[in-house]
Amino acid sequence: MPRGSSGGGVSALTGAIVVKLRKPARLRNIEAPFILGAILLVAGAIALVEVGAGAAFDAMLSWELIGLAVVVIALHVVLRVVAPDADPFVVPIAVLLGGLGIAEIHRLDLAAGLSGWDAYATRQVVWTAIALVLAVATLLVIRNHRVLARYRYLAMLVGIVLLVLPMLPGIGKEVNGARLWVELGPMSFQPGEFAKVALAIFFAGYLVTARDSLSMVSTRFLGMRLPRARDLGPILVVFAASMVVLVVQRDLGTALLYFGLFLGMLYVATGRASWIVIGLLLFAGGAIAASQLLGYVNSRFAAWLDAFNPEHFDAIGGSYQLVVGMFGLAAGGTFGTGLGRGRPDITPLAESDFIMAALGEELGLVGVFAILALLLLFVGRAFRIGFAGTDDFGRLLAVGLGFAFALQVFVVVGGVTRVIPLTGLTTPFLAAGGSSLVANWIIVALLLRLSDAIRTGPRIVIESASGDQPRLVVGA
Amino acid sequence: MTLRPPQDDGSGIARNLRRISVVVVAMFASLFVAASVIQVGVADDLRGDERNRRTTLTNQNVNRGPILVQGEPIAYSVATEGEIRYQRVYPNPLLYAPITGRYTLDGLNTGLEAAYDDYLTASTGGQFFDLAGAVLTGREPQGAAVETTIDPMLQQVAWDALGGYTGAVVALEPKTGRILAMVSKPTYDPNLLASHDSASVEAAYDALADDPGEPLINRAMNGDLDPPGSTFKLVVAAAALESGRYTPDSTFPNPGSLQLPQSSSVIYNSSGGACGGGDTVSLLDAIRLSCNIPMAELAGELGYVPIKDEARQLGFCHSYDVARLHDPIEYGCTPEDNAIDLSPMYSTYSWYPAVLDAPRTMLSGFGQDEVRASPLQMAMVSAAIANGGVLMAPTLVDEVIASDQSQLVTVEPQSLGQPLSTPTAQALTAMMVASVDSGAATNAAIEGVTVAGKTGTAENGANPYTLWFTGFAPAEDPQIVVAVVVQEGGGLPQDEQLSSTLSAPVGRAVLEAWMRR
Repeated sequence: MPRGSSGGGVSALTGAIVVKLRKPARLRNIEAPFILGAILLVAGAIALVEVGAGAAFDAMLSWELIGLAVVVIALHVVLRVVAPDADPFVVPIAVLLGGLGIAEIHRLDLAAGLSGWDAYATRQVVWTAIALVLAVATLLVIRNHRVLARYRYLAMLVGIVLLVLPMLPGIGKEVNGARLWVELGPMSFQPGEFAKVALAIFFAGYLVTARDSLSMVSTRFLGMRLPRARDLGPILVVFAASMVVLVVQRDLGTALLYFGLFLGMLYVATGRASWIVIGLLLFAGGAIAASQLLGYVNSRFAAWLDAFNPEHFDAIGGSYQLVVGMFGLAAGGTFGTGLGRGRPDITPLAESDFIMAALGEELGLVGVFAILALLLLFVGRAFRIGFAGTDDFGRLLAVGLGFAFALQVFVVVGGVTRVIPLTGLTTPFLAAGGSSLVANWIIVALLLRLSDAIRTGPRIVIESASGDQPRLVVGA
Repeated sequence: MTLRPPQDDGSGIARNLRRISVVVVAMFASLFVAASVIQVGVADDLRGDERNRRTTLTNQNVNRGPILVQGEPIAYSVATEGEIRYQRVYPNPLLYAPITGRYTLDGLNTGLEAAYDDYLTASTGGQFFDLAGAVLTGREPQGAAVETTIDPMLQQVAWDALGGYTGAVVALEPKTGRILAMVSKPTYDPNLLASHDSASVEAAYDALADDPGEPLINRAMNGDLDPPGSTFKLVVAAAALESGRYTPDSTFPNPGSLQLPQSSSVIYNSSGGACGGGDTVSLLDAIRLSCNIPMAELAGELGYVPIKDEARQLGFCHSYDVARLHDPIEYGCTPEDNAIDLSPMYSTYSWYPAVLDAPRTMLSGFGQDEVRASPLQMAMVSAAIANGGVLMAPTLVDEVIASDQSQLVTVEPQSLGQPLSTPTAQALTAMMVASVDSGAATNAAIEGVTVAGKTGTAENGANPYTLWFTGFAPAEDPQIVVAVVVQEGGGLPQDEQLSSTLSAPVGRAVLEAWMRR
């Protein structure tokens, strides 16, 4: 069988059509009620927003959301055919998070008096639909994830190009002091979101082949086994790239995301704590140097450490947004003001960077905990593939995607809750923004594809490889 | 995280991943902790930060309901551009400021704006489903309308009659307690405080708060109350008649001056001499001519306890919520009274001291000493007399109607008890009629209408006098009660500060307008 046969039988695109004559799609039957539950919760949230904000019933948005629900159900049906054994919780979590985001964005539209195509919620619904279609396309095109390992250097190239794009004059665009956007005519997008996926693929492919040499030990120092000097090359390259991102894109969060992604995957692949120590020392040194040498990084740090100082509060690009966002969270308290009944619109960029502050204001600490728990559960589903996967490339890729997701949540929500300095990343699934949605739904598609390859238990499968006679396989 | 037990995969990935998982859980734990600290731990500090606008910006996106007099708005909201979606408008601000109160962006509302805030903003429990219905049917949701008991014609008449005096007028229906007019001067323009420009609101508020004329106070029922002077003789006479030991014909010695016992104080009648002719004077004539000495003698004979009890039954030592959302609050009328944080439309309680010695009891017999009363309180005294002895709760609101026309609140007339027997009420009515016919209150007479009235001049030593009038008409079937206070002596020289020429005509204008409407 191509799935699970040894020797890395990567017959990918020409691969086998597998017909399984067993109890069909047990996991999909688990997934279906969860998806329905998520859709109902989102519908309830939208209704509460409209009642709470005292708004008129928005028929157009309702039809859009019904359309979106149809696309979600279509994804579920596609999964029954192309990935019946995929993880049953990934899609419901993503639907629920995305729906809550749309509800809160709609609430902010109501406060701003935006409707129709001017409304962020309308665009978010459309982008979610596009993202879902692209996720389905990803599932249809990539029938076997191991093909991705073959294209790891292409992925590297794509990742680097995407990282460099915002730095190019002419198309790069600076938003709120950070250079994370690319503008092409009427379209603008954040290439960093896609670079994250490409780099995770590259790192996974690279580390599977290089892990043995990277695990080699030269000397012991302070109880740590240090790597060989000649193996330091890759980490130095990634560190240098992160510092370039920090200096040119002016965003500590993005730099932390890529470097942290590499460090995390490197550790999982090699198990050498020394890599982590070296990496963290490098990054801390770089961040401190940058905060001393670069004015904007310095002011970000100052606004973080002493946010309530009127000097920073009143400064342009100072701590105003952070502090006002915290006022919003405080207004929410334990149980929140109720959807539609707070004033999250007071916080600048509440629909994107500060969506968590807006949700926290209206849903309270209880809501924040629930959302963080959902995000953590999503990471858990990715890590589960890392534990249970059958091939190391797939396991590393799943871990990389999950870890990048977790890092991004930490960087964004940590910025809003003043755990770390504020940066310009977006909250996965929740924040308004097409690039982020598409990238995260592609991550969903990859996780679905990766998890579909995991054998969930002993079973009897009749496979029909192309051209072969059906044969009975008893396997685990 | 619920993760499957790591498999023995030989590559060590599972073991490494377990450690990375711990890092991820720690990262999320830091977010849980940070969110808890902000939303619960230091939340009160953040809410109290003066830069926090949320605390002051609640409910401003609801189309606030109007306050109405006979269906016409005296306060309403219009849609505006800008962050705050509605502007509060007071079309006749000075006339109605004591009733509407003010609606300000800092949330320090007063008057009916404050008392009925939950209804006006549609945030009461009963209106939640209306709100939901408004959403489903596509209507713009709107706060409920508060219909007041005020008669716009009478309000205007009272306003005009009070002219340039500092003072207040209250008119009400004795049978129901419905307040038909409530005017206070000087007053203010609540539009100035409803502006969305916080700097101009602050400046306007500071100017009003510093104004020595105290325009923000509703003198009809709040503020530093005045001694009721001779209008309080109605209460003393009521106590005497209720005791059963006196009739209108009971007589008292009639000297030209009287030294109070245990005291060097000497009191006089306002006329300077004896009360009418004769060696004795009847209770009827004492009220008719508003003499001080016989009333002091009566109070001395009665003692302070029956007077205090009657005063309390007539509403002294009680705060009344004229918005009728809350029950009256009773006070001890002792120096130990604790000020209660009152709802916005509570009246300031009128005061008859809990304990008085003999000379002070005699002074209280004609409304001096520490006796204090609001115009609303004196209107309630007249209303009890006019209503056969039954006192009705003063009421400023008829009903609250939701935007879907459903009735959220209906304020029914409410009896506060019967402080006077019917014969006592009739006897007091006869005395007040005599006062208007041929006594101190002839300036309140209306041709063709039997008016009952009582004037009062509280002599505040060297300070300007407080001039009172209270009365009702027609005496045989009272339809309207009025109480007038003119403070600061009407701004006139002290020898011209007469209730008969200053406050009685104001009361007469109000009674006449109602009878001739």
